[in-house]
This record gives sequence, structure tokens and C-alpha cells, in this order.
Amino acid sequence: MSSVSHDVAPGYGHSHDDHAHHPAGIMRWITTTNHKDIGTMYLWFSFTMFIVGGIMALTIRAELFKPGLQIVNPEFFNSMTTLHGLIMLFGAIMPAAVGFANWMIPLMIGAPDMAFARMNNWSFWLLPPAAILLIASLFVPGGAAAGGWTMYPPLTVQAGMGMDLTIFAVHIMGASSIMGSINIITTILNLRAPGMTLMKMPLFCWTWLITAYLLIAVMPVLAGAVTMLLTDRHFGTSFFNAAGGGDPVLFQHVFWFFGHPEVYIVILPAFGIISQIIPTFARKPLFGYASMVYAVAAIAILSFIVWAHHMFTTGLPTAGMLFYMYATMLIAVPTGVKVFNWVATMWKGSMTFETPMLFAIGFLFLFTLGGFTGLVLAIVPIDIDLHHTYYVVAHFHYVMVAGSLFAFFGGVYYWIPKWTGTMYDEKLGKVHFWSSMISFNVTFFPMHFLGLAGMPRRIPDYPQQFADWNMVASIGAFWFGASQLIFLWAVLKCIMGKGAKAPAKPWDGGDTLEWTVPSPAPYHTFETPPVVK
Amino acid sequence: MVRNESKAGRRRTLTAAALALAAPGAAHAELEYNLQPPVTPIAQQMYDLHSFIFWVCVVIFIGVFGVMFYSIFKHRKSVGHTAQQFHENTTVEIIWTIIPFLILLFMAFPATKTILAMKDTAAPDVTVKVTGYQWKWNYDYLQEGFGFYSSLSTPLDQIENRAPKGENYLLEVDHPMVVPVDSKIRLLVTAGDVIHGFFMPAFGVQLDGIPGFVRDTWFRADKIGTYRGQCSQLCGKEHGFMPIVVEVVSKDDYAKWVDAQKKQAAAAGDDPNKVWALADLVARGEKVFTANCVACHQANGKGVPGAFPALDGSKVVTGPKAEQIKTELNGVVRDGKPTAMVGFKSLSDIDLAAVITYTRNSWGNKTGEAVQPSEIKAARS
Repeated sequence: MSSVSHDVAPGYGHSHDDHAHHPAGIMRWITTTNHKDIGTMYLWFSFTMFIVGGIMALTIRAELFKPGLQIVNPEFFNSMTTLHGLIMLFGAIMPAAVGFANWMIPLMIGAPDMAFARMNNWSFWLLPPAAILLIASLFVPGGAAAGGWTMYPPLTVQAGMGMDLTIFAVHIMGASSIMGSINIITTILNLRAPGMTLMKMPLFCWTWLITAYLLIAVMPVLAGAVTMLLTDRHFGTSFFNAAGGGDPVLFQHVFWFFGHPEVYIVILPAFGIISQIIPTFARKPLFGYASMVYAVAAIAILSFIVWAHHMFTTGLPTAGMLFYMYATMLIAVPTGVKVFNWVATMWKGSMTFETPMLFAIGFLFLFTLGGFTGLVLAIVPIDIDLHHTYYVVAHFHYVMVAGSLFAFFGGVYYWIPKWTGTMYDEKLGKVHFWSSMISFNVTFFPMHFLGLAGMPRRIPDYPQQFADWNMVASIGAFWFGASQLIFLWAVLKCIMGKGAKAPAKPWDGGDTLEWTVPSPAPYHTFETPPVVK
Repeated sequence: MVRNESKAGRRRTLTAAALALAAPGAAHAELEYNLQPPVTPIAQQMYDLHSFIFWVCVVIFIGVFGVMFYSIFKHRKSVGHTAQQFHENTTVEIIWTIIPFLILLFMAFPATKTILAMKDTAAPDVTVKVTGYQWKWNYDYLQEGFGFYSSLSTPLDQIENRAPKGENYLLEVDHPMVVPVDSKIRLLVTAGDVIHGFFMPAFGVQLDGIPGFVRDTWFRADKIGTYRGQCSQLCGKEHGFMPIVVEVVSKDDYAKWVDAQKKQAAAAGDDPNKVWALADLVARGEKVFTANCVACHQANGKGVPGAFPALDGSKVVTGPKAEQIKTELNGVVRDGKPTAMVGFKSLSDIDLAAVITYTRNSWGNKTGEAVQPSEIKAARS
């Protein structure tokens, strides 16, 4: 689709006096049921967690700047890697995607709000307590969880009470995600404007619809895994203890049955944002809309049958190795279709390169590189040499940072005129892009070499032959971290209204419903549904 | 700049890979752009497979992004290009679904062959049981009947930056594993506490040691030398400090080394098959008793009334020896709860045999019976 034609949305010719029917000050945010307010809170929560997780990443990179132990002790180092992973995944990336969903899905499908407005409030307000539990765990006796974000037993059965706080935090975040997903599914299936069939929806709504189903399917599985961990720790069960008839590897199977779809939960909304940005700036409809939808569905289905590729070194049987290798390689097919479609959308367009488009192209380029290293890792015999090494670290940062995060940056620049009514500073945006793009590669590209040379992950100190590339990576990491202050400044400028006033449709190529409402979007939109032809 | 940066990175990889292809196993090791030089046939296959897939990916990458960058330069508004409005083409879409699938088949075929070879652990020349502990390795040469621990030998001064770091910083151990060249070495990998990862990149071997389970893998090193790896699975605070060192030696040197190890084991009195005299067992048993038992049961064997039972005159100690062996191994469990008398499985067969013999022939106990290490061994299984 993306060629939704429609009338100018009704009801915006006259003034809106009903904006301010909400409490002022902090109570506005605590009690709000407005999808825009909640979207804003999700995005700020996500950015805060991004900074917290980022500081942890920089602690890791500072320690790894040189061989030898300098700054932190190994136990604290392990807590840093563990919390960095959990906070970035559950605190930064997933809430950012939900923030986009809250803001944009009602605007894109012509709905007045999310379907379950009060539940929406609750699913957000569960997150801060979970984050507090995670961060507070640093200060309890025994320190924070230090067994990796994957929480493999028996190591995590040995851990102190920081682990219990982590388990509880995971439970809460899981509940929040499930509620958010129910809300998104219900909204998309029931509140679309008249005439907007499923196959006319903007692709962002499609990717989120499928993501929401993935979340509902796998978050309970994660909850089950950590609950079994909890009872093994405190209530004498032996799910993961061979001496009691259990199996430590069972945890890995259950965890990765959640963990692999989780990878797509993180990337699919990013695919959606990219699929909105590229057509807008190429001034050309998205190529292969239907095949894009089918490709997302295929990726989501395949994601349930590839989990054991995270476990190739646990001694899987031959048949298991072959099955999981073939299934994993298959994912390259729908992913390739998506990349080809995006390039075909750009082909013979009339492109301009504002900041959102730059981030979209950066995404396309680096995500594909991460996809290729994923293919390399899928080949069992190569994986045996690369599993648990920095090659894997490089791979998943290419798909999570250059993939999801870059898409989210692009999304913020793309929609911030609609959110704040002010155009962002194009120059700042471009500086932010180029600075992030270069420093990202300085940080993570050398990690491929480190992994190939055999450097294991999660070590606080390393042999001498890894010294040079680690120093380069650390320099890149601090540069990348500093670059994000540019982003913060660019966003704050928009919020403070410093910049050109944004028109209702700041991009010539934008043809989705959000561009039919004024900028900034009024507190209530689409009280009367628009008609989509 | 995105292009410059990433291309520069890629060019470096390309050069390295080109070098690697031109001179396999040659001087590129210190460049650290590529996999370690392989020293086993399996590692060689992995290396070649990686080179193959790397180049296929490079070609596709250049193809796709060549098209994209061409489009970025030609189809931009600033050069006056106007947008065409096509948005689907079934033929093209089918083609670019099928072609990647066929490419994947070409990758899967050689990978499958290597997996089948990797998993064939039959008919080994030497079997070594590898056990990971927090934070050291244990190597048991099962056929030869000896084993030893292997832990980091890098001094703390180097780690804490008080001394200059040596050449093999963090990759050196007190007792390396030794294996013969050109022989099939089967590894039985397990762990004693948490999961550890036995990772020897140059051999193409990586297998998790899982407590309570034994998995196997194998390698056949075709070059004499010293090879180094590290624990690859996060196992607690000293995870970065439990390296693996394997010395591949000639078959003659290996035979000599095995002989020396056996003699050393025998000299330490730790040959579990030796039949001991009663007096020797009692003498050794007294030492074991002093080290492990005396705190509760007391030197005079009278125990502490009300808290710890006396051994002097005890029914268990003067009764059938099978019962006492079981108690020593498993401890005493009362009402389903473990008591202060824990099991002493961790002691060696000889130490257990000695301490049991000692208690049965000391104080007022005069059974005159010697318990041999072989009996402990039998009772364990």
C-alpha cells in the first residue's frame, strides 16, 4: 500500500479547546491514559535507560582499554556486562519500540487512542519499578547479577540476592510487554479507520502487529525459565541440577525459545520504521508491499524453530546441529527479500538525504553486514570457532545498534516535527548521524577481528595479542557515547521550540495519515475517523 | 564517510583474507584479522569454509550496495531525477527469493560434510577426560590411569600491573595437557561446578563442559607445537583466568611423558591398584584422620559426647567393613537431612582406605583387617 489516499482528516479546520482536560504537573503523567503522553514517557524512559546502559558499556570498554586489571574488579565487570545487556534490551530498545507504537499506530490507522487506555498507563508504569530493581541490585550484598544477561544456571544458582531482584525485574518487564502487546493487537485489529483494510496499513503497523504476537508467545516462556531458576535457587527444586535429575542445558533450551524470537521482537519494529522512511524520501511507494508483509511473517514463524543455534557448543546431536543450521540459514531468504525491496524502493526514485534517510541508509548498510555475519555464525563448523567470541559481540551489535537503534534514531528525526511542532536542526542531525556512524564502526568492526583471533567474550582482561584492537574499540565506544549528547541536544531544541515551525506535512513524500493532522499533533486526534479510500 | 569507513574496514579484511587464501597457515597469524592458523584437518575445513562463505558474502554485498549507491548518486532529487511510481514486479521478486535459496544450498553442502566428520569420535588413540572447575582444568588420562590439574601460572603482579606482562600473559599454565602428534585424541568434556567452555581455536574444538553430563569431541593435531586457548563460557569471577595449553609432541616424546607421569603417580603412592600392607595403611591413615576427622571424633577416638559419636568401640567401625565404607563415602543422613557427618567422596581411594583401616585398628578397635583402595573404588561405582 503506502499509497493510502484519503481526504483531509475531518475536524481540524476549527480550533481545539478540549486539549487540556487533564491534570497538570506530575499527576498528568502518572494518571494519563493518552497514547501520546504514554508514548512520550516510553521514549524518555528508554533514553534514560540507554544512558544508564551506555555508562555500563563505557565502564566495560574502559577496563578493556589495556591488558591487565585497572579500573574494576572481575566480579563487578561481570555485573556490568550482565546489566548492560538486560538494561539495553529490556530497558532501552523494547520500550523505545513500544513508545513509537503508542505514538504512531493510532495516528497511522486513524484511531483516537489505544484500545485499552488504562492498561496502557499501567504497562508503562510497571517499567520504572523494574528498572529500579535492576539498578538497585548493584547495591545489595553480593552485588548485582553477574552471570550474563542469559542467566545460565548453575552459575546463577550460586549468585547472591542481586539475582533474585533481576528475576523479579524480568517478571515485571515481561508483564508490561504482554499488556502492551495485547493493547497493540486489539488496537490494530479493531480501531482502523473505515476503508483501511489490513493490506492497506502502513508497514510499521504490520511489523508491530507481528511483533506483538511474538511477544505474547515468548514472554511467558521467559517467565517460566526464570521462575524455575528462582525455585532452584530457593525452594529445593532441581530443574537445572543434574544431581537432582535436572539438566543445566534445559534452561538454555527454554531461554532461547524466548531469546531467538526476542531478536526479531527487537528488529521488526525497526524494519517497520525503515519501511516508512525510505519511500518518503525516495518519493516513491514501497516496493513489494505484499512481499514485505509475507517476509515479516515468514521471519517471525522461522524464529521459533532456530533457537538451538545459540547452543551449538553444548554438544547437540548431529541431527540437531544439521536441523538448526538449515533452519537458521533459511531466515536469510525473507531477510534478503526485505533488503532487495528497500533497495528497489530507492531505485529510480527522487531521493533527498535528510537525517531520517541517512539513518535509514546507515541501517540498511550495517544491518545487512550484521546479517551476513549472522549467516557465517549459522554455519555450525564456523560457529564452533567463533561461538562465545567477540565475533558474536560484533554481530549482534551490528543488528541491535546499527539495526534497531539507528532505525529508532531515524524514526525520532522523522516524526519529531509531528510530536513537537518544531523542525529539528538538520545540521545537528547530520553531525549526529555521521559521528555515530563512524564511531560505531570504529567500536565494533575490530571486534570481528578479535573474535576471529579467538578472544572470548565476557573477560575483564585479555592476552597481549588482542591489545591493539581493544584499544581502538574503546576509543570508538567513548566517541559513540559522546555522539549521543548531540542527539539529546537536537531533541531538546525541538521540545523547547527552537527551530522552524513544522507544517502538518514536513516531508513531500509522506502519504500516511499522521501527516494529515496538524503539527504538533493535538492532544486528541481522529475523534471522528478519517475515511480511507 | 560511511562508505569510506566501512570500505576501509572491509578492505583490511579482504587483504587479510587474500593473504590467508594465498598462504594458508603462513605469516598472517600476527595480523589478527583472521582465524588462527589451523593445525587439525577439521580446523582446516572450518577455515576454508569460512573463507568460502566470506567471499560469497563479499560478492553479494558489493552487488547489492553497488546498486544502492549507484541509485543514491543517480536517482537523487538534486540531480533532477523524478520518481517513477512502480511498486511491484512479481518476476523479479520470485527471482530474488529463489537465487539466495540456491546460494544457501551451495553453502550447506560442504558445511554438512564437515559436521559429519566433526561428530565422528569413534576409534580414538588417546582419550582424555577434561573437567572444568572454578577456575582450573583437570585432565584425566583414562587409559593410562593418571590425571592432574592445570591452572593459570601468570603471576598476579602482571595482572595487577606491578610487573611487565610476559609473552604468554594469561595463556600459560602450570601443567599443560600433552598429546601425541598425528593421533586421534578424544576429549570427554564435563564440569564439576558450573558450565565451562573448552575452546582451542587452532584445533577447531569448542565444547561446553556441563556439570552432570559428559559430551565428547575429538582432534588430530598434525603439527608439533604448543597451542593455547581459553575458557569460553562465563563461569564466574575468574572466567578470564583459566587458560588451556596443549602441547603436541612426537609419539616418542609422548610415550616418555606418559611413563614419567605414571612413575610420578606411583611414587606419590597413588597407584589405585597396588595392594597395601596393614601397617602402611595405618600409618597413612593416621595422617588422613588428623587432617579430616580429628576435629569432631578427637585424637583418642572418643568423640564429643552428645555431639559427635566415639569411633573407639563404635558398632560401625568394628562391624562389617562394607557398612563403614558406605558411611565414609556418603555421610550420615538422618530423617532425610544431612548431618555433620558429610560424605568424603572427595578423598582419594587410597586415603579413604587408609583412614578406614586406621580407625579399625586403633584405640580399642582391633579388627586386624586392612581395607584396600580397590574396595573403595568398587564401592564408589
